[in-house]
Amino acid sequence: MKSKDRNYFKILRAGINTTYQDLGRNNLYHIGIPFSGAMDKRNFQLLNSLLQNDYNSPVIEFAYQGPHLRYFGKDIFFCISGNVSFKIITKEGVIDGNSYQCYLLKNGDEVDIHSTNKSVYGYFSINGTFGVDYYWGSCSINTQAKIGTNNGNKLSKDLEIEIIDINNSFNERKLDYLGSTIENIRVIKGTNYDYFSVSSQNKFFKESFKITKLSDRMGMRLEGPKIENIVDPNIKSEGLVKGVIQITSAGDPIIMLSDHGTIGGYPKIATVISADYDRLVQLTPGSNIKFKDVSLEDAETLYKLYQMETNNLISQIK
Amino acid sequence: MIKNILNLGDAALYCDFGSDVNQEINSNVIKYFYHIKKLNLEGITNLTPSYNKLIISYDLNIHSFLSLKKKIENIEIKENNKLEKNLIEIPVCCDNNFALDIKRIENKLKLKSEIILEKFFSKNYFCYMTGFVAGMPFLGDLNQEMRLKRLETPRVKVPKGSVGITEQFCNIYTFETPGGWNILGNTPQNIFDTSNQSNPNLVNPGDTIKFYRITLDKYNEIKR
Repeated sequence: MKSKDRNYFKILRAGINTTYQDLGRNNLYHIGIPFSGAMDKRNFQLLNSLLQNDYNSPVIEFAYQGPHLRYFGKDIFFCISGNVSFKIITKEGVIDGNSYQCYLLKNGDEVDIHSTNKSVYGYFSINGTFGVDYYWGSCSINTQAKIGTNNGNKLSKDLEIEIIDINNSFNERKLDYLGSTIENIRVIKGTNYDYFSVSSQNKFFKESFKITKLSDRMGMRLEGPKIENIVDPNIKSEGLVKGVIQITSAGDPIIMLSDHGTIGGYPKIATVISADYDRLVQLTPGSNIKFKDVSLEDAETLYKLYQMETNNLISQIK
Repeated sequence: MIKNILNLGDAALYCDFGSDVNQEINSNVIKYFYHIKKLNLEGITNLTPSYNKLIISYDLNIHSFLSLKKKIENIEIKENNKLEKNLIEIPVCCDNNFALDIKRIENKLKLKSEIILEKFFSKNYFCYMTGFVAGMPFLGDLNQEMRLKRLETPRVKVPKGSVGITEQFCNIYTFETPGGWNILGNTPQNIFDTSNQSNPNLVNPGDTIKFYRITLDKYNEIKR
């Protein structure tokens, strides 16, 4: 490709945990590779819908602070999803952008993504396709196993984000959406629920837990009342799933998230239901969560409702 | 062979093959794993075999717990289905720089390091499962007199290639990661290869491992 034909972003500031993500990779747990993929799937889906991209197109995910990018190339649209503050810097001046709204970028324009507000993850993409590498059908960067574009590392300053395709028949769209928050995280009791004393079982559902700073794409560590194990602090190592809550030997809950280790040896007290996962991962360190017990049947119904809600939002894009 | 199927959250089946850890139960898990993998059922998003459990993750848009449970219960596997087993030889250097916990192992087992290593290398090991991090094999069983607990405080970073032991098991750290196993050596061999998309793992469940000891010179030569 001749350089004058190139369309790309130059990263002026990388932000925190900035990676390419898509829906992730399936059927690799048995060799130790987790799903990965966008942490908040609803915001991932909304972004690709807003930009009229393929439903599994790569996007850029960031946590807390996003990247500052300068664009080089022909006219392009971009959009951001999540609860995000950002500025668009053009020759005409600087404006504050709104999430879920598409904006035009011309050669030399900049997007400065300051922060996510009262949330963790935000998403950035364009009406087109980023040049990414695919491993097992996914571009998702897994920094732990060094899998994905950029040798499995976070995107860093001075790196260039290649755009390999621009959708020229794109028309600007937006969605009026303020995001969705949640009061309680709903869970299903786990396979080792009876490893814990009755008073600890009660505490688990009645008291609240604080999300600690030791939280990332792999897991979320909580602190609160100690959960007392009355059987054995370890189980024979076995598979883990997204959202499963283990209790460490110290009595603290740890929730497995999208990049989690595939095998673990702590007892499982509960699992977060699929309908609440997107909202769970958006909870910031320092905030408190309370768990609520639901049945498997209810969890299945709640997931269907959540998906209907997402589809309903997609249909409201205009 | 599956004793019981429970749900793990709302999107996974938890298949229990028994409470013990032994090669017979584990071989049943592995047989089911390969059989279901081959069926290539729509909506199965992951299979995680371990010592005595098989977890089947699924897409909630396609399956519900009860419908998939029925499907799995109806699977018949012949007891005499033979597992495909490969013998894989892996070089290990036990130079002082690599054998991070040899002093601790000596103290705990009350054996001299040369005896410990002789015992370790004299046996072949069975791969029960792979995972935690990409490609890490969980191998067993160590002789009775070689068994000790994990480190009281896990290391924040265990070097890539480290070979560790704990209880009846040994493993290889395929990546630098936190961990609490007792490290007695390091292999220069790459155990997980991202560029090999069809079979990135050198060691797979059901395989047999033979470790052999190499000198530091040999280690550096292979590494190069």
